[in-house]
Amino acid sequence: MIAIINYEAGNLASVSNALKRLDEEHIITDKQDELNQADGIIFPGVGHAEPAMKSLQKNELDTWLKQTQKPVLGICLGMQLFFESSEEGDSKGLGVIPGRLKKFDSSKAKVPHMGWNTFDNISDHPIAENLSEKEYFYYVHSFYAPVNDFTVASCHYIEDFSAIVARNNFVGVQFHPEKSGKVGSLLLQNFLQFVN
Amino acid sequence: MLAKRIIPCLDIKDGRTVKGVNFEGLRDAGDPVELARRYSNEGADELVFLDITATKEKRKTLVDLVSKIALEIDIPFTVGGGIGSTDQIAEILHAGADKVSLNSAIVRNPNLINEAAAQFGSQCIVAAVDAKRIDNQWVVFISGGSKNTGKDALEWIQEVEERGAGEILLTSMDQDGTKEGFDLELLQKVNEFTTIPIIASGGAGSKKHCIDAIQKGNADAVLAASIFHFQEIAISDLKQELETAEIPVRKTN
Repeated sequence: MIAIINYEAGNLASVSNALKRLDEEHIITDKQDELNQADGIIFPGVGHAEPAMKSLQKNELDTWLKQTQKPVLGICLGMQLFFESSEEGDSKGLGVIPGRLKKFDSSKAKVPHMGWNTFDNISDHPIAENLSEKEYFYYVHSFYAPVNDFTVASCHYIEDFSAIVARNNFVGVQFHPEKSGKVGSLLLQNFLQFVN
Repeated sequence: MLAKRIIPCLDIKDGRTVKGVNFEGLRDAGDPVELARRYSNEGADELVFLDITATKEKRKTLVDLVSKIALEIDIPFTVGGGIGSTDQIAEILHAGADKVSLNSAIVRNPNLINEAAAQFGSQCIVAAVDAKRIDNQWVVFISGGSKNTGKDALEWIQEVEERGAGEILLTSMDQDGTKEGFDLELLQKVNEFTTIPIIASGGAGSKKHCIDAIQKGNADAVLAASIFHFQEIAISDLKQELETAEIPVRKTN
């Protein structure tokens, strides 16, 4: 069973719908005892980093997430919150992946980076199985994680940035697999594969 | 590389699609969910649903429809038409829409953009601007194009961006329905100063028009209704032609 973390910054309906389309049993919860029952965690997110972290802290979900050994998939802002810090309101993240998020330079191109984009480079990782540089995923974001030691796939918009990151049980995707058509469900299935 | 987006627009009334959709092979041409699925399968990059009923009694019908679409469709979609408060925005987003399009309400109460952007994030706030050329300027119209606000469209677009809109849905009222091409001059003018994505709308009649909107008008996305509804242009053919013109597009097959 998958648990989708319920906090005030989630696109919960979209992620839940994507799991329904895959016939995957799931719950939406902000309760630690329910999270403890789950086999895998999806940590979605849209909006701003600072209020999102505050909302997580309310139920001590930040602490829970940092120590969990369960597979966690962070989506968009969820992925960004894996990092230590952000230029966005100078907020702190969970710090399960080292690094600091940057803001796209809007003097160079339009920000947010909004729409469908491809990978530049993909390394071997179960989350990226059967995906190639040809596939398009849907992105909406103004902040990005620079390419780092934990980058599984990179994307290019203004700068090269991390499209997929992975460290231990934490996997994060900057794009929205739940809104990325067939290849999006393929990625979600890859995640479910190593949960189950 | 970031792809240019092709966006079919569906007008909704009382939970049904309107404007004589003429699609072969559809069981029910009035069913927005079936039409949306069709477009999604053909390679549409996003969808826009504009509710033209927009009366309070019908609000629930729209929210129910949004939930159904969100369950079936795995590409992003925007919902607009008569949305006037952060509560209504919350309702539509929680039902599963990715973005809301705001039009008349933000002209009446520009602060709604700031409030909505702060509460939900700029990425889901689309400012729809209906512009009409009068003398040597473009003027903003609201209430389905029936009311002249006297506002300069370029200044208004600058303002909505500063207030936190994440995207502009820019409709040329002069070109809308003509099938004679987009207002390229308007698109160029807006792109000179804007730093958020622009969806070009109004006037699509051929593939060439869409190419021009992107190459000459610098549009980030192209929206059209009737050319898709009447199958005059298949989305896959349009994308093929864009690719030939060296425009990056998302190919799905």
